[in-house]
Amino acid sequence: MGDLYDSQRAMRQMRKAAMQRGVVAILDVGTSKIACLVLRFDGPEQFRGVDGVGSMAGQSQFRVIGAATTRSRGVRFGEVDAMQETERAIRTVVQAAQKMANVRVDHVIACLSGARPRSYGLDGVLDVAGGMVTEQDISQVMASCDVPDYGSDREVLHAQPVNFALDHRSGLADPRGQVGNKLTTDMHMLTVDATAIQNLFYCIKRCDLELAGLASSAYVSGMSSLVEDEQELGAACIDLGGGSTGISVFMKKHMIYADSVRMGGEHVTSDISMGLQVPGSIAERIKTFYGGVVATGMDDREMIEIGGDTGDWEHDRRTVSRAELIGIMRPRVEEILEEVRARLDAAGFEHLPSQQIVLTGGGSQIPGLDGLASKILGQQVRLGRPLRVQGLPQAAIGPAFSSAVGLTLFAANPQDEWWDFEIPADRYPARSLKRAVKWFKDNW
Amino acid sequence: MRSLIRRHTPDAGPRDPAPSKLGYRFQRLMLTPGFRASVRIGMPILLIAAIVGSWYSKEENRTAFAATIAETKRSFQERPQFMVQSLAVTGADDATMARVVEMLPSDYPVSSFDLELEAMRAEIEALDPVKSASVRVGEAGTLEVVLTARVPAALWRDGSTLRLIDGEGVPSGSVSSRASRLDLPLIAGDGAEQHIEEALALYAGAGPLRERVRGLVRMGERRWDIVLDRDQRILLPGDGAVPALDRVIALNDAQDMLSRDVVVVDMRNTERPTLRMNEEAAAAMRRVSATINNNEAGN
Repeated sequence: MGDLYDSQRAMRQMRKAAMQRGVVAILDVGTSKIACLVLRFDGPEQFRGVDGVGSMAGQSQFRVIGAATTRSRGVRFGEVDAMQETERAIRTVVQAAQKMANVRVDHVIACLSGARPRSYGLDGVLDVAGGMVTEQDISQVMASCDVPDYGSDREVLHAQPVNFALDHRSGLADPRGQVGNKLTTDMHMLTVDATAIQNLFYCIKRCDLELAGLASSAYVSGMSSLVEDEQELGAACIDLGGGSTGISVFMKKHMIYADSVRMGGEHVTSDISMGLQVPGSIAERIKTFYGGVVATGMDDREMIEIGGDTGDWEHDRRTVSRAELIGIMRPRVEEILEEVRARLDAAGFEHLPSQQIVLTGGGSQIPGLDGLASKILGQQVRLGRPLRVQGLPQAAIGPAFSSAVGLTLFAANPQDEWWDFEIPADRYPARSLKRAVKWFKDNW
Repeated sequence: MRSLIRRHTPDAGPRDPAPSKLGYRFQRLMLTPGFRASVRIGMPILLIAAIVGSWYSKEENRTAFAATIAETKRSFQERPQFMVQSLAVTGADDATMARVVEMLPSDYPVSSFDLELEAMRAEIEALDPVKSASVRVGEAGTLEVVLTARVPAALWRDGSTLRLIDGEGVPSGSVSSRASRLDLPLIAGDGAEQHIEEALALYAGAGPLRERVRGLVRMGERRWDIVLDRDQRILLPGDGAVPALDRVIALNDAQDMLSRDVVVVDMRNTERPTLRMNEEAAAAMRRVSATINNNEAGN
């Protein structure tokens, strides 16, 4: 546990240093593409007055000055699979973004979509005995949370207190200064595979970059594509990525559940590739140009030239009707959505007051997906696009970039995590001066 | 025209868009502000310095460069606007002016850049007869030297020579005989030249005795004697010499003292002026007083 504190604190320090320098890079390592945005932080009021809009969710304090995307290589299911390939892809994208920004970037905040995230809800109780709740009490109540045995090969990625309750008043955002007897907290903890994090960390280090933060891609795409009401009342964000589909459930502006389905757009592509006997690149092209999930009578007559470069004339001149293509794609999309449905049911999503579902990610661009999703996931389904941030190029405002944009918001105003609170006094080193000071404070 | 057979090159695989590690590092290095500035500014400067240095390190280049500079400088300085055509010296007697002309450059025209006017002025002012001088390049390229000559205030007998000396004690030439400058007082004695103004004050205060004054002698570097004709001498004190002389003049006015056989009027003790008569007068006086005494005794 102490190790976790240290590594996360080190990252937080790094992030602060990066903010001080004013330039930080965002790296979204996905299965199908790797995106890099270079942010410049200029203080809160730098770009105001142009359009009369006030600071929107704190994002007026930064500006995207460089953006680049490259086809991802060596990543499967949102995890680094071939280190060398991934490193080269990261190098490509960072170099392009640096070139556009014309500034050197040293700190990187990354997100990863795979690595088998697992959510835990923790709660802790502390008796404050009629006194005022202090910061030490908060850190102690969080330390008193009963941490489950999540396995030695996993690491905590997020641990956010989502709720505080004092005696019988629940839903407190900040109980400091209030008087009560029993302080309880609910905490959401997300663990991921340690090896996946280590691999990503190693790849980034090999590119001479420092990792200044790490986030789950499901969480950050929820931050960017859910509107404020949805975050407040309860909503799920489904990030249909290339190799994995991230699920994050938000309530009262906190993420309370996250999971990922290890299926995504690349599986649809591979289905097409297998079904039509074409290479993956052509399958990808056919999917993006002609793909869909709801077939109509018109689609039977619309013939798609498959094309190809094999040298076999007959083979390269085949055609397929769009209905056939939809017939290939739809079962796989349905399978993904069914799996999402199962995960949401397991998480108890139906108990939320509002059951809005937002589809985002590159896979959400399939025509007719919202209709299909509303059949499987429920009536309140919409397609989400990420928030608009300053300076983002036109090519990077699509839903495929929702996790990259969410990471910029995460970098600009990160939520307090467990390790951002004061260290509980009993966790200080035994001879710490701070501990001695605290002892004096408590006893006199 | 495109060939029908596909060119298959087994070596060239799919193009890798990733930059090489070296290229990546180089780009990052070039984006580092300090390094980029040093490359953009430092390198050209270094290159220029190297080129100039290698060119300048050759002997013939150096000499050619120096010659070019000298030629340019000379052609500028010898433009007609800067040339001095003639010399005009004014404000002193002929002998002094001749000496000044000797000191100045003789070949004209000469560039005014080659004339060290300040040094010339210092040199001219170092001459004895010249009190001050102004040297300038005037209109129409004339080197104008205006001298202010020293005005001799006295003749100073320095050993066997007679020097002209002005009010500040600066000698400005010599004369062969006293007769050539009868209008000036003659002063002599050790240290006389250092107290000229006192001597001149005495001479100015001589008043009716002026015609008779032969000269002033500094005695013992301390006080003045006024030597009159008929070998008379007025011994003045070191302090308050002018009032003492006034008293002598008053005595002379009242009693015609100096037209008598007085050799020395000693005013060194101002409380008690003392006269010394010459020997004949003293003998005659002694004789007269003896006769008077005898007559009184005889009576």
